[in-house]
Amino acid sequence: MNLLAQTWDLLMANPARFGAALWTHVLLSALALLAGAVIAVPLGVRLALSNRNALLAINLANVGRTLPSLAVLALAMPLLGTGFVPSLFALALLALPPILLNTYTGVRGVDADVIDAARGMGMREAEITRRVRLQLALPLIFSGLRTAAAQVISGATLAAYIGGGGLGEFITSGVAMMAIPQLLLGAIPATLLAIGVDALFGRLQKTMTPKGLLTT
Amino acid sequence: MKWFLNNWDQVLQALAEHILVSGSALLIAFAISLPIGIWAARSTRVMAVSLGITGVLYTIPTLALLALLIPIVGLGKTNGILAMVMFSLMILIRNIATGIRGVPPEVVDAARGMGMSGAQVLRRVELPLALPVILAGLRVAAVTVISITVVAAYVNAGGLGTIIFAGMSNDHTPKIWVGALTACLLSVLVDVLLSMVETRARRATQ
Repeated sequence: MNLLAQTWDLLMANPARFGAALWTHVLLSALALLAGAVIAVPLGVRLALSNRNALLAINLANVGRTLPSLAVLALAMPLLGTGFVPSLFALALLALPPILLNTYTGVRGVDADVIDAARGMGMREAEITRRVRLQLALPLIFSGLRTAAAQVISGATLAAYIGGGGLGEFITSGVAMMAIPQLLLGAIPATLLAIGVDALFGRLQKTMTPKGLLTT
Repeated sequence: MKWFLNNWDQVLQALAEHILVSGSALLIAFAISLPIGIWAARSTRVMAVSLGITGVLYTIPTLALLALLIPIVGLGKTNGILAMVMFSLMILIRNIATGIRGVPPEVVDAARGMGMSGAQVLRRVELPLALPVILAGLRVAAVTVISITVVAAYVNAGGLGTIIFAGMSNDHTPKIWVGALTACLLSVLVDVLLSMVETRARRATQ
């Protein structure tokens, strides 16, 4: 408990530094997730609709999902240098596979009868994709976003190693100097942020699920 | 490349250590998850509570979890392995429980009708039929643990991360390349290998 009090004192003594680190962390994570979604959702839909290259892309995404986060971030250093932008690139890359795989699976999993019914109602292909396939795939897409968000927030703590800033800076310098309060000043907020965002996505996932699909 | 050729023994040693640390963590996590998973398969409440708790552990950022353990267990392999176990519990418990739940009730009834005891049904019917799903969980957990081991080098747990961190702090690019690529290769290889085992098990149960 004494350590927590010391951590609190450290926070009160350095509000600006903490605020900046937290802001960088949130910004880095949000932008990486956004970039991942903007690329992976349309790509996943396209792959699900046309069989061309789908297998290759899905296999690539599966491989991408297994790559250790730190290895990807570390490789950004010799390739792109250090700082915020290389970190953002690496984190966006980490966000891609879960979103892509879930979008693909979600769109693929839409019942063929439903598509037939939509066609029978006179919807055009583009309309079917937008108003039927995407809608029905939404719960899975959101679960992909949720996985990606957790991975990106976790990865963002590692961005400190390549000069990307964020809450990881307190952790790395705290570990290096074995200054426990400083280390906790990074670790506790990073943990709370991850848990909070995960809960938020869980909520969103539920509200995004069409009423007819709610089973549990 | 030149650095690798001159230091391949060092890389091999780090790789062996990486596998050893990841493997022990996975083994411990599985030993804990198996009874909890079986229990969770029997009771919806146990399932909800265990997945609720381990799910929170699962979302904690890797580096933060390693750091949070420092005041409690200090630096070293214990710290790294403890973090890995905490991380993989959710995946393993979820898959063990859903695997057992997925066994058709008629099959379980038939086994009971043949006079098998509860333990026999579990050992000879439910677990073998749940094997593909359990193996799928083991595969995801293995890849996760290998990834955490890379970071755990920062709290002195050893492994390939040691080479990456040495490369980053001395600005020695070949070390970063070799350490990071070997780690990537290891996880991809383990993933492919375990997915092959999983496919075989799936065919065997059908």
